[in-house]
Amino acid sequence: MKIVVGHLFPDYLNIYADRGNIAVLERRAAWRGHDLEVRALEPGDGLEAGEHDLYYVGGGQDREQELIAPALAAMGEALKAAVTGGAAALAVCGGYQLFGHFYRDRSGDELPGAGLLPLHTVAGERRMIGDVLLECEFEPGHPRRTLAGFENHAGRTYLDEGAVPLGRVLAGFGNDGVSGHEGCRAGRVIGTYLHGPLLPRNPWLADWLLAQALAHRTGDSTQLAPLEDELEAEAHAVSAGRARSRGGRF
Amino acid sequence: MRDAQRVRGGTFRGSVLRVSPLPLSAEILLARAAAGLSRVVGAGGGTTVPGKLLWKLDPGAVDRLAARLPRGSALISATNGKTTTAAMVARILAPSVRLAHNRSGANLVSGVASALLAARDAELGLFEVDEAALPEVARRLKPRAVSLGNLFRDQLDRYGELELLAERWRATVQKLPAEAVLVVNGDDPQVGDLVSERPRSTVFGLDDPRHASAELQHAADSKWCVRCGTAYVYAAAYIGHLGDYRCPACAHSRPLLHVRAREVELHGLDSVSFDLVTPEGTRRVELGVPGLYNVYNALAAAALGRALGASLEEVQAGLQGFSAAFGRFERIPIGERSLLVLLIKNPAGANEVVRTLLTGTPPRLLLVALNDEIADGRDVSWIWDVDLEPLLGGLERLIASGERAAELALRFKYAGLPVQAIEVVPSLEEALDRGLELTAPGEALVALPTYTAMLGLRDLVARRGFVKPYWEAAA
Repeated sequence: MKIVVGHLFPDYLNIYADRGNIAVLERRAAWRGHDLEVRALEPGDGLEAGEHDLYYVGGGQDREQELIAPALAAMGEALKAAVTGGAAALAVCGGYQLFGHFYRDRSGDELPGAGLLPLHTVAGERRMIGDVLLECEFEPGHPRRTLAGFENHAGRTYLDEGAVPLGRVLAGFGNDGVSGHEGCRAGRVIGTYLHGPLLPRNPWLADWLLAQALAHRTGDSTQLAPLEDELEAEAHAVSAGRARSRGGRF
Repeated sequence: MRDAQRVRGGTFRGSVLRVSPLPLSAEILLARAAAGLSRVVGAGGGTTVPGKLLWKLDPGAVDRLAARLPRGSALISATNGKTTTAAMVARILAPSVRLAHNRSGANLVSGVASALLAARDAELGLFEVDEAALPEVARRLKPRAVSLGNLFRDQLDRYGELELLAERWRATVQKLPAEAVLVVNGDDPQVGDLVSERPRSTVFGLDDPRHASAELQHAADSKWCVRCGTAYVYAAAYIGHLGDYRCPACAHSRPLLHVRAREVELHGLDSVSFDLVTPEGTRRVELGVPGLYNVYNALAAAALGRALGASLEEVQAGLQGFSAAFGRFERIPIGERSLLVLLIKNPAGANEVVRTLLTGTPPRLLLVALNDEIADGRDVSWIWDVDLEPLLGGLERLIASGERAAELALRFKYAGLPVQAIEVVPSLEEALDRGLELTAPGEALVALPTYTAMLGLRDLVARRGFVKPYWEAAA
């Protein structure tokens, strides 16, 4: 089976080793016998219904985010339609902010968002930088999983009333440094500040995304064969330890 | 750009005479005593101990110590190449000038303070300065010359974003003393644009499109016009975003080069030669270190040496007499084997290390050590932005070491290296022993450490007596 990933604006948003996340998706699909094709999406590109199974958008510096925000916002309706049709999405850092309603910078100017996630972001004075550890509960009753990563953002992200965070902060700042929440999950759309990159040391999330993408492609829910993840577990443990010993807090 | 002393061909005759020496304060004497004490108790040569102490006791003492230097100070900053460039300039100037020089790379204010304390009879201060510390150091030292090399993404966790750093550099350049000479790398759009702040600047760059890459590397950071945001068009892209660029919309382009390299010839891992073209004439330079990035370092050193009054002959001789700076392409003999140490610290620099390694026989065995201390960058995501894939062709075994060894192992695993070829050995000492065990007599073990891992490796071989401790090593 072939999975198609739409990588949004890789020339602009790729600052935190986003290609590491892409490499993990590619390899973990291949090790299960699935092809994964990454198609770059550039400003102004149209989205064909059902073409992509998964969307990925990474982080950028302020300047790149400013340059690209209008193009991403213009794609908002098409992305929403794709997600409603069953595609999944992962947005990291700057991409996470731009997946919300808007981003307001320090001078009060607003960058438009794509509107895929129920949140908005306001630039703050102090950057929130450091290792982070989250606890996630995707399905009630299932065992809780952790995500370990690194955050570096000046923006404070505020979720709409009733919106679901990606996880509970065990160590580190999270969305705004005070709510105890990190990221946002709306169905198959996930946004987070965690890079590092996110997926190599948190392979369960990579597999969750691949499972959503395969389900979109085949129309069936798919069970992914387990992989040997010893190195991944070790990297996760070291990263989690870093967050516990030196994760940021106000 | 054209100072009268240099055109007359003299070296340093008639350099700006600084204020007469001020009395040394008790704090300065105390900090000097601390340096000796630190060495006695074996706390690592006291590289920054006295400077940190002085900085704490009396921050203004740094200004006073610098003001005592009869020939003033020169500062060198860049994301990549600071240590090597400074070592090259030291080599150019050392025959005729006594230097205060922070050669081991301690480049925050405290490191500069330590170098000032240590070199009592110095005439000129030559300091590499951390990119983020530049505004403060420049404000305190009031340098007579500043060389700015390149800005790449590096330790975003510590420096914040590139744009912010570039803005701070601009403000620093605006506040430099009126007579100070600015030397900039014209091939870097952000850095080259600083000439607009100071018409009396020296611009250096590469002028040999035969060595351009086929396309912009993944680590290219300043791809968008600094004036209008349009993507630059490159007539030649050399390293990352360094090259001959032009904006198709507003025509912002690489400034005119005053000091250039032409006819560059790369000789594998051994050396590189090029024509050094300056307003005073052209000289062939045979550089004893490899790679295009060292041509950039040599150009920066030549331009700064020139700004400080060195003649073209002195520049040529200094560059040709230069061997590797501390931990940067340093060969350390270990009995019948040797250790080749190549510091890696950010994507752009590491890409050039990879590119240079591949000009020789691709290594079958590699020791890579990733630490995540403040000096390495606590955010290790940068290793995923390095183009390591070309190394995989000949690689049979990877020893992944350092505090983040497992993360490094993942980087190679997802690049396609079979897990069976990867050994995770977090302890540097065990990794070094394992690497040497797998290295045949007469061969070199290639080690790619991050900054603190490099210090650790060097410390290990020093303790075993194969290399002098760094506070005794000559530049």
